[in-house]
Amino acid sequence: MFKISSVPLEPGALNGALLDARAGACVTFEGWVRNENEGRAVRALDYEAFAELAEREGNRIIAEAREKFQILAVAGVHRTGALQIGDLAVWVGVVAAHRGAAFDACRYVIDEAKARVPIWKKEHYADGTSEWINCATRGEHASSAGGPGSPNSPHRTGMRPGSP
Amino acid sequence: MPSVTVQYFAILREQRGLVSEQLSTSAATPLALYRELRARHNFTLPADRVRAAIDGEFVKSDAPLREGANVVFIPPVAGG
Repeated sequence: MFKISSVPLEPGALNGALLDARAGACVTFEGWVRNENEGRAVRALDYEAFAELAEREGNRIIAEAREKFQILAVAGVHRTGALQIGDLAVWVGVVAAHRGAAFDACRYVIDEAKARVPIWKKEHYADGTSEWINCATRGEHASSAGGPGSPNSPHRTGMRPGSP
Repeated sequence: MPSVTVQYFAILREQRGLVSEQLSTSAATPLALYRELRARHNFTLPADRVRAAIDGEFVKSDAPLREGANVVFIPPVAGG
């Protein structure tokens, strides 16, 4: 199950939901709010999600992990709202009979979630400025609508005819 | 012209100054609608960096835009 949560995450309770007598390994990942990004001092973050589609896409990733790896249970939760330095932003937990599959599946779920789930992060910097991450455009204007994007654009986010 | 609902998130919500709006459009696809809205509201993200969803599911940017569709434009994601 993949969930979006507007309230603080409690890893103990989340972990408890994965308990399984067949499990010999539990791997969890916690993403914490860091005080620095690309050389800039970060003061706080806002996360925003398109919750309906975020949970649907997150659950697709979880189904893929179950197909690819020999695991018993897997879950993920991502926060929305205003977070402070050190807060828990995202949690992924996997249990399996053996550690290899648990590590691999946990890595898969967090990597895919970061790349595919419609969640956005606004960083607030110590110098008083703010920025939506991955949305910088280097002075693009409306007159170039539909033109070539930044060379940095990740291909999977592009809205070209034929892209899903 | 079909009437559609557009929901905005993140940088697009801020640049539009709205969470959602209903509008009539001659655009036949999400790509055409985004270009129309980008020109009108000076959205900074070029069309090829935005994905589209209709009625809560990802769609191709050249999918048909039907009467009553709930359209969401998805800026580059940044979870985690």
